[in-house]
Amino acid sequence: MREITFSEAIREALRHEMKLDEKVFIFGEDVGAFGGCFGVTAGLFQEFGPDRVMDTPISESAIMGTAIGSSMMGLRPVPEIMFIDFTTVCFDYLTNQAPKVRYMCGGQLDKLPIVIRTTSGGWIRAAGQHSQSLEGWFTQVPGLKVVMPSSPHDAKGLLLAALRDNNPVLYIEEKALYAMKGPVPEEEYVIPLGQAEVKRPGTGITLISYALMLNKCLAAAEALAKDGISAEVIDLRTLSPLDHETLSKSVKKTHKAVVVQEACEVAGMAAQVIKSLMDSSFSFLDAPIKTVAAGNTVIPFSPALEDAMLPSEVMVIQAAKEIAA
Amino acid sequence: MELPKEKLLEMYKTMVAIRGFEESLAAAVTAGVLPGFVHLGVGQEAVHVGVCSALRPSDWISSTHRDHGIILARGADIKRMRAEIFGKVTGYCKGKGGSMHLAALDKHATGCNGILGPSQTINLGIALALKKKKQADIAVVMFGDGAAHRGEFHEALNLAACWKLPALAICVNNHYAISVCFDDACAVDDIAARAAGYGMPGLVVDGNDVMAVHEAVSETAKSIRAGKGPALIELKTARWRGHFEGDPQPYRTPEQLESDKKKDPIVRFSTQLLEQGVATEAELKVLQAQAGKELQEAIEFTEKSAYPPLEEIYTDLIYEGRREVR
Repeated sequence: MREITFSEAIREALRHEMKLDEKVFIFGEDVGAFGGCFGVTAGLFQEFGPDRVMDTPISESAIMGTAIGSSMMGLRPVPEIMFIDFTTVCFDYLTNQAPKVRYMCGGQLDKLPIVIRTTSGGWIRAAGQHSQSLEGWFTQVPGLKVVMPSSPHDAKGLLLAALRDNNPVLYIEEKALYAMKGPVPEEEYVIPLGQAEVKRPGTGITLISYALMLNKCLAAAEALAKDGISAEVIDLRTLSPLDHETLSKSVKKTHKAVVVQEACEVAGMAAQVIKSLMDSSFSFLDAPIKTVAAGNTVIPFSPALEDAMLPSEVMVIQAAKEIAA
Repeated sequence: MELPKEKLLEMYKTMVAIRGFEESLAAAVTAGVLPGFVHLGVGQEAVHVGVCSALRPSDWISSTHRDHGIILARGADIKRMRAEIFGKVTGYCKGKGGSMHLAALDKHATGCNGILGPSQTINLGIALALKKKKQADIAVVMFGDGAAHRGEFHEALNLAACWKLPALAICVNNHYAISVCFDDACAVDDIAARAAGYGMPGLVVDGNDVMAVHEAVSETAKSIRAGKGPALIELKTARWRGHFEGDPQPYRTPEQLESDKKKDPIVRFSTQLLEQGVATEAELKVLQAQAGKELQEAIEFTEKSAYPPLEEIYTDLIYEGRREVR
């Protein structure tokens, strides 16, 4: 199968859906002729024109307001918020507004399709306000779906699912994955939201993660295999709603789990996954569930410091070995 | 007056209906039978009716927490409105929105936003969609002098002008943002003066004069429909009640309130109708009686209506289904 990058896979899904449905349109800061801060929307402005790919001023509230209003009117907006760190200046729209529209009006609207594309994660030497992993915050909002792909293949399939969903979906792209290459079918395919995937089967321990950290778990599993530890790796793919069944099925088999997130260790997805496993699989556990996460601090600029505070493959291996024995 | 008699009398009746609706809610709060926050628009009826009488049914309007009157003036069912405010399942939002989120989307009235500011930017999206439809409809957003100080005011007006959207921003300046007097929160006299900074027209209008409001909104809407871009209108008015029912209002003097009440928009309009020979006292009395009867029916409807069943807690949260693909 042909191989393309993570960002090419996202662009392919966007282009596919824009050709299929003229209600789909993209807007945000620098998404037009410039092609997006990370080049993801490159060429779309030239292909679809200024009415379908719209540059905006630096006005995140106006971007998100435009998304909600146009969606209420039957369009399928795809706003881009350049960094997830910037969702803080339009947090209201992602928490108080879009997810609550239907409920508060008692179901007078039959859909509110919005795909908010944003980027997250460190490793690009962008320091404290352009490197965070804030996905956990948004999983606490009823009415908002949260998606975070780990590979080019999933990026395309999950984005197509998000673009066809009738709910507001926060689609988070890990910046460090943009250049990752992988096999991606040319035809359309949809990966249903709300389904985790066993990315590598195993029997001795379950490694649970998503996005870039999922790839670190796969590498760790490879290393662990050499030491005789068979690790199963689960990719959450959709963070909200969470696929409890795939998690419990695996842990009931392996009896041990390590949950890995790039976000700070306090609260976040790892805590939620552990809560799910305590509810479903407590009596099957042979060891306490381990967490690998970033240190509880601001992401520093200096590469020496950033690399040390973000979770690594070695940390995953260590955590697994602590409970695998 | 240039409007047909029938329309003028309808406007009068709606103003009276709004006053009665709001005063009945005040009485319910006092009697302890209405829960939650209730913000009443008594004294602002010329704003509600003047704006809505100038719009088409196909236009859209978002309003404030003091604008039950806007939704009534859009022709919404008074029974379902009152039922919603009392949390009954027969309400517009099945009792899940209440006074603060009352919306009648069938009347293109999106209602109030509990957070001040976002309705101004959400209106951009509504206006953009209307522009794409090319049917010369406009998107109106109302907000108070308080919400004019949110960052969204700037983001919304700038982008509306930049994209030349069919959007009309209406600032209802009743001089108080909860308790803070406009003079203490703004260094200039008129919010409308800011329009120049966005390259759009800005008008200041007497918001207690229903005909002046109607004419200003009609004329401005005509220009927006013609594709000339957005505008800002500031309606100067006064609220007669506190910010919410139960507000002791230590921030304004009884003398100030009495002076505001002398500008009663309903008295003003009825005087105009009588002096200009449009209507007789008897005709106005008939309209008052009709409005009273409809309110009474709404009160009875609400009393007879049930509270929502408990399964409503988890419905209307996630939209089922997906876009069909060929």
